[in-house]
Amino acid sequence: MTTSAKSQQPKEKEDISIKERLNRIRSSEFIYNYKRNIPAIIGSIIIALALFVAIFGPLFAPQNPYDLTEIDLADAYKPPFWQEEGDSRFILGTDDQGRDILSGIIYGSRVSLFIGLTVMLMSCLIGTSLGLLSGYYGGKIDSLIMRIADIQLSFPSMLIALFIMSAFGRGVDKLLIALTLVGWVIFARTVRGETLSLKKKEFIEATKVIGLPNYKIIFKHVLPNVFTSVIVISTIKVGDFILTEATLSFLGVGVPITEPSLGLLVKNGFDVLFSGLWWVSVFPGLYIMMLVFGINLLGDFLRDELNPKLK
Amino acid sequence: MGNKLLEVKELRTYFHTFKGVVKAVDGISFSLEEGEILGIVGESGSGKSVTSFSILKLIEEPGVVEAEEILFKGEDLFRKSEKDMMKVRGREISMIFQDPMTSLNPLYTIQQQIEEMLKLHGNFNEGQRKERCIELLRLVGIPNPEDRLKSYPHQFSGGMRQRVIIAIALAANPKLIIADEPTTALDVTIQAQILKLMKELVYNEGASLILITHDLAVVSQMADRIAVMYCGKIVEEGSTDDIIKNTAHPYTKGLLNSIPRLNKNLNRLEQIPGMVPNMFDLPRGCKFAPRCKYSKEKCLVEEPKNIIVGRGHRTACHFPLKEGYILD
Amino acid sequence: MIKYIIKRLLQMLVVLFVVSLVVFIFTNYIGDPISMLLPEDASQEEIQQAIRRLGLDKPIHVQYGIFVKDILSGNFGKSYVFSRPALELIIERIPATLEIVITAMIIAIVLAIPLGVYAGAYPKRRSSKVIMAGSILGISLPSFWVGMMMIYIFSVILGWMPASGRGEAIEVFGMRLSIFSMSGWRHIMLPALTLALGNIAMLLRLTRAGMQENMRQDYVKFARAKGVSPKKVLFGHALKNALIPVVTVFGVRIGQLIAFTTITETIYAWPGMGKLLIDSIYMADRPIIVAYLMLVAVIFVVINFAVDIIYTLIDPRIELR
Repeated sequence: MTTSAKSQQPKEKEDISIKERLNRIRSSEFIYNYKRNIPAIIGSIIIALALFVAIFGPLFAPQNPYDLTEIDLADAYKPPFWQEEGDSRFILGTDDQGRDILSGIIYGSRVSLFIGLTVMLMSCLIGTSLGLLSGYYGGKIDSLIMRIADIQLSFPSMLIALFIMSAFGRGVDKLLIALTLVGWVIFARTVRGETLSLKKKEFIEATKVIGLPNYKIIFKHVLPNVFTSVIVISTIKVGDFILTEATLSFLGVGVPITEPSLGLLVKNGFDVLFSGLWWVSVFPGLYIMMLVFGINLLGDFLRDELNPKLK
Repeated sequence: MGNKLLEVKELRTYFHTFKGVVKAVDGISFSLEEGEILGIVGESGSGKSVTSFSILKLIEEPGVVEAEEILFKGEDLFRKSEKDMMKVRGREISMIFQDPMTSLNPLYTIQQQIEEMLKLHGNFNEGQRKERCIELLRLVGIPNPEDRLKSYPHQFSGGMRQRVIIAIALAANPKLIIADEPTTALDVTIQAQILKLMKELVYNEGASLILITHDLAVVSQMADRIAVMYCGKIVEEGSTDDIIKNTAHPYTKGLLNSIPRLNKNLNRLEQIPGMVPNMFDLPRGCKFAPRCKYSKEKCLVEEPKNIIVGRGHRTACHFPLKEGYILD
Repeated sequence: MIKYIIKRLLQMLVVLFVVSLVVFIFTNYIGDPISMLLPEDASQEEIQQAIRRLGLDKPIHVQYGIFVKDILSGNFGKSYVFSRPALELIIERIPATLEIVITAMIIAIVLAIPLGVYAGAYPKRRSSKVIMAGSILGISLPSFWVGMMMIYIFSVILGWMPASGRGEAIEVFGMRLSIFSMSGWRHIMLPALTLALGNIAMLLRLTRAGMQENMRQDYVKFARAKGVSPKKVLFGHALKNALIPVVTVFGVRIGQLIAFTTITETIYAWPGMGKLLIDSIYMADRPIIVAYLMLVAVIFVVINFAVDIIYTLIDPRIELR
């Protein structure tokens, strides 16, 4: 072995190990903090449970609230089982049609989560692409996209969604469109801002100097660097979308009565609240709260860990 | 002269993080006489800034300051309560920070920020305070001080802001000023002005100065004595002349050789090979050994003790470039 | 300064123009005005007549022109349901809405800012962690459900507060306000609290974040080195800087509050413009929806403008350009 080879080999090895070590430190610090952050763990457990219930719920739900043959009007207005007139078949009671509240929540959470997650994915995809485009290329595309975003942001998203839904009419598909129309802005804004500041960084300028094509720079160098922020926003926004959907459905312009989400279940309960049938609205509302609370607990941790500057 | 103003003994500042303990400052001792200018030199991460904050006990969690004692005018700062320290900060010892752009509160006028100091550490009425503000601003060379009192920090350039900060530091006639990289953030031409101003003011006010910098060239023009820090330890301390002409530690030598000299026709500058070690994973023996071209086996295993290599000149090296004897 | 204001006014006009365009396009999908106006057994001829009278036979850009012209003259048409000018109906209901918005705002500020300062200044304390967990719960609450629960607890079970409606209104400064009567107070507390809830959490988090960020700044450390006491550093230096974003975001939140009154007013049957909007959406009462949206757009644009002006007043670094 020659001396030069000897001195070169460990150097090469060191390069890799430094990179590896850095990665390991980063991931281990993240994991370390996660393990010590009780709220984040509680949030994760809630999310995991909610996803489990949404996916496998129909397998163990006491009743299929869509199936009219399973519903008996004679079972209507049953309070939760621990109350005197309760029925052990209906743990959380029944509504005015005799539907089991627990089953309603299980099936309703499927609708709510499906809408929340789908809107998040669509908003994320559209918003991130537009943000990258806007930030990286600048110019006319940028000012057009950002003006639209500015105008949208000067109005509450609830109001915009409410207006769009009142024009479209009820429907899950329409909800997806309406919520995505208001949801993409925050992704586009954040990604654009970060792309702009990345563009000024030396390592991006260096990739330009060596003549890498734009799409490669965007996908290989810019996107990975805005990824953490996108993850944080996505998490927080799922909760937001679920709440907005619930609100719209509560106001009667969201999901149709044939596909009741948690928000619509609460609305159904509102009509009978004054006659003392509290359980019809309390439990679906509690479930929304727990679900969004879990998402926000995790989102809050992710923000603090990955990008505390995000609002 | 000749009276000890500050005596730091065995100062240790450790930061307890989950990855381990960072010994930012690890058992350093030094002293300062009245009217003296001491330069503390080191690369970034050598613990020089932490030293200055430790003296004023402004280290925040997860940092912990320990010291045998920090004697200032015969009183032990290390054992003073937070309440008593508030009377020392600003009044007895004041600080000048590295970045003039961020050291001033953006929402208060210059006058408000100088007056805050006068209200805390003096008995002036409103008129006197204004007079003193103008006097201070004039002292640090701000033109038309009367007109600038109501200005906000953002209306000043970096150099002018640093002058304002110096004015604030001088406001209560402190005995000691600690300047942490006061000119690093400034243009080269302004650097020289600010340094000259500081030297003059310190001399005229009869104060002492600790000048913390990574720039050995700057210190050698300013300081009476120099302490060189590396990885939380003082590796060499002595008069400015001794440090430059009778260099004893290889690290100091390395720093000196990396200063460009215009009049000397060197084709290339020398550099110190390698990098400052990871603070979580410091070498066992001499912290500088892995980068030292004179290092021997002993350096890698045994931590060097202080060696006296001249009058008031010590170094922590097993094989100093100058003959010396081990203290005790 | 004048140049800036002119520039902003032009921008506001552009925004309002875009909003009018969007509103025009979308309202064409809301309900069928002909079926709303005519009885079910109307003849073909009557239908044709109505179409012509509403200008629905004209090309779309001409229709838009008429739409804009009507808006500019404040003529939004008559409500199909009430047979009264739409704008008039809405303006009548503004005081009721403003009442709960302002009450909710005051509740939010009084509770959120001190708690936020505390949690930001002492992040390590247990009480701060409880406050922060509580604030996360606060932003996770569906406000319509909270409203219902408050009614159930405080009205149905305890009977302390009335479940719905507005108290006795008294004419003050030319507006009919209920907050100056005892029954008005009893009626407004629950809806205002419901409306404030999400904002308390949001403002609190914003204040805390601002405090924490500013506590890390050099000028805070410099103030400490000057010998300023920790309390004064907190309230004299950090808080003032931390409140700048709070003020601006709060301006924007007033808009959010106006939007969220639609929910609160629906639950509490509060006779404000939000409830009117929801009722009109159910009835496909197009003129009212259009008038509401345009009016709210003007309010938002004006609020945003005011916030920008306030911003320059509290932050000396910002100069109007």
